[in-house]
Amino acid sequence: MKHLLGIRELSSEQIVHLLDTAESFRDISKREIKKVPALRGRTVINLFFEPSTRTRTSFEIAAKRLSADAVNISVSTSSVSKGETLLDTARNLEAMAPDCIVIRHSSAGAPYHLTRVCNAAIVNAGDGSHEHPTQALLDALTIREHKGSIEGLKVAIIGDILHSRVARSNIYLLSKLGATVSVAGPGTLVPREIAELIEQGVRVEQRIEDAVADADVVMVLRVQRERQTDAFFPSMREYAVHYGLHLDHLSLAAPDAIVMHPGPMNRGIEISSEIADGGRSLILDQVANGVAVRMAVLYLLAAADGAEKPAIEEKESESREGGGVRGRTRHQKRGSRE
Amino acid sequence: MRLLIKNGYVIDPEQGINTGKNLFIEDGRIVGLMSYSDGVPEAAEVIDATGLIVAPGFIDMHVHLREPGHEYKETIASGAAAAVAGGFATVCAMPNTSPVNDNAAVTRFIIEQAERANLAQVLPIGAITKNAEGTELAEIGEMKQAGIVAVSDDGWPVPTAGMMRRAMEYARGFDLPIIDHCEDKSLARGGVMHEGHWSLVLGLQGIPAAAEEVDAIRDCALAELTGARVHLAHVSTRGGIEAVRRAKDKGLAVTCEVAPHHWTLTDDAVAGEQGKPAVTEGAVPYDTNTKMSPPLRSRDHVEAILEGLRDGTVDAIASDHAPHHADEKELEFDQAPFGIIGLETSVGLAMDLVKHAVISLERLVELYATNPARVLKLNDRGSFRSGARADVTIIDSESSWTYVATRSKSKSRNTPFDGRGMTGAAVATIVAGRVVFLHPDFSRLTASRASAANRAK
Repeated sequence: MKHLLGIRELSSEQIVHLLDTAESFRDISKREIKKVPALRGRTVINLFFEPSTRTRTSFEIAAKRLSADAVNISVSTSSVSKGETLLDTARNLEAMAPDCIVIRHSSAGAPYHLTRVCNAAIVNAGDGSHEHPTQALLDALTIREHKGSIEGLKVAIIGDILHSRVARSNIYLLSKLGATVSVAGPGTLVPREIAELIEQGVRVEQRIEDAVADADVVMVLRVQRERQTDAFFPSMREYAVHYGLHLDHLSLAAPDAIVMHPGPMNRGIEISSEIADGGRSLILDQVANGVAVRMAVLYLLAAADGAEKPAIEEKESESREGGGVRGRTRHQKRGSRE
Repeated sequence: MRLLIKNGYVIDPEQGINTGKNLFIEDGRIVGLMSYSDGVPEAAEVIDATGLIVAPGFIDMHVHLREPGHEYKETIASGAAAAVAGGFATVCAMPNTSPVNDNAAVTRFIIEQAERANLAQVLPIGAITKNAEGTELAEIGEMKQAGIVAVSDDGWPVPTAGMMRRAMEYARGFDLPIIDHCEDKSLARGGVMHEGHWSLVLGLQGIPAAAEEVDAIRDCALAELTGARVHLAHVSTRGGIEAVRRAKDKGLAVTCEVAPHHWTLTDDAVAGEQGKPAVTEGAVPYDTNTKMSPPLRSRDHVEAILEGLRDGTVDAIASDHAPHHADEKELEFDQAPFGIIGLETSVGLAMDLVKHAVISLERLVELYATNPARVLKLNDRGSFRSGARADVTIIDSESSWTYVATRSKSKSRNTPFDGRGMTGAAVATIVAGRVVFLHPDFSRLTASRASAANRAK
């Protein structure tokens, strides 16, 4: 793996390896001295063309806990309005020989453009409506932590599927690891083609109740306020009534169902505060796992020759548990069938 | 000045000719067809076309030459050079220049620049509305006098049915066809590729097929209402093809063209190699040279286009040659401009259809010469009738070649077909009796064909 551009192009084996590596890094954040020298002397550039607090901070902390030098660049102007083009920016950064460039951009495919001019490993930290691979990985790590394994789980994703890179990455990842996915949201925000996005199919429900029924995991997506002015739905109030997750929905889900949200939340709109702050909410666990996942990604891409070091193989075998082992076994089965 | 194109195989669908003949040209006009055995007229230059197809000069009725205003993308001279290198004796220039060709002064400027270049003949298309803004009619009568052959607002299609009705009624008075780029902007707005599986996968905003289809249906209804001649540009959807088929069944004066990229590629090309986004050799995902308007469509739409080419619903092939500078195309996919160059790949891609028995060679000539001349009422070309302009395209249907974009005569390089292998190409273009393009290997090619023919005897 040279870059991390999307989940769609990863094998289940690669995903499990990333998750196992992340698991081994989780403890570092719980130590008194939260730093290991794994990426000492390496440079990581966080190139953010869209405002982001959580993801940018998470990548920065991840890089620093691995002793890499992290540089943050926030670019508020898009290439068309003024200034240099994305590729020129990338060429200039490349000239400073970074080992890894983490990019967040409002245009789908922007990370692919960077790979054309950069030798550095490129990490997609969210590109338009395309993918947000580290979000899906941290969601998977969180699910694995609480459910042991992803295989066989029923996952409901609620909200703006059309514009959501989080939904796409999660649908790919969860289905590759053997979960089944159902989605629900306003008709304007759930494209019909989503049913056949992946080979296994995605269940499309009109009502949130039907998607949530018997679900082991409920993922709620953030609703963008500008969708209302673009006439995707009539009002925030109506959205909250019909497509917001309420406590009574949870009674339809599996008894030990967990609830996730990629943040930032609109409390009282897509998710009620009772759920967000309740015992089933893993929203802060997600944030904590985000650091571990990003450490794993940076480590695997930016460590010497970008290849896996022997050290990580050891860690991997020590730390692998339920989900990882099962995930890999399942992949081998699939591999032999193909 | 006399010219004899001898030993070629002449295809002229207009006159129902499909046979081995010599073509005799004098002073820029067709004199007529002669038997091989008739000998060479006195003082005539000779082009040996043994083993080659000799057709009436091809017409590309939909190109963007960018001059005036965007000479860094293309000039009339460079566009006309690309045209003749692709086998086109005539091209029709869309009016979306800067300033827009919405008045006779711009029309005359284009014609003068083309005369200076002295390659392909450039016939301007005027705007339907002032500045192509869709609100007031442009001075269509003045432009007609200056030399336009049709009117179109192309990339900025007339938004309201009411305005389009007026335009059709008015253009009818000057016997000019309305060429419409069918696209309901309220459906297409913000879209950058065909709406479907791949737009969802790539996270790019889609342009639904319906955006084209509703406008195609609207235009056909208005053609019936007004009796105007209506030509639908670069039809890319099943619904568009079906609308034209129904209109023709009703006897309306509705015609249409299709573009080679719309039958050659599907929307998965935007996702790169085999539609699998991966940074590997070959096609890359989000290649902005797969972005054009209308967008590459899915397989079902492509099938409908092929049906239309087969059954006669489609009247013409037009490239929609749309040069853009590399700097513009190097942007993010959703920021890059729409369009690809196509003058030098058009015939090669159409020859693929012949090779795969979708259409016959005769039908190919109909699509490139006979029909465009009919649609635009260019009575002086499109056929080898005695007295017609001596525009000739000579085709080699057998040679294999590779298209290399850097060798293009166009100023721009925005094409998804760079490095593509093709079979068959235009090897000579003659405009008003003057040989303006001759393939570098032409004489070697015909010499080898001639000796093969002699051996066979």
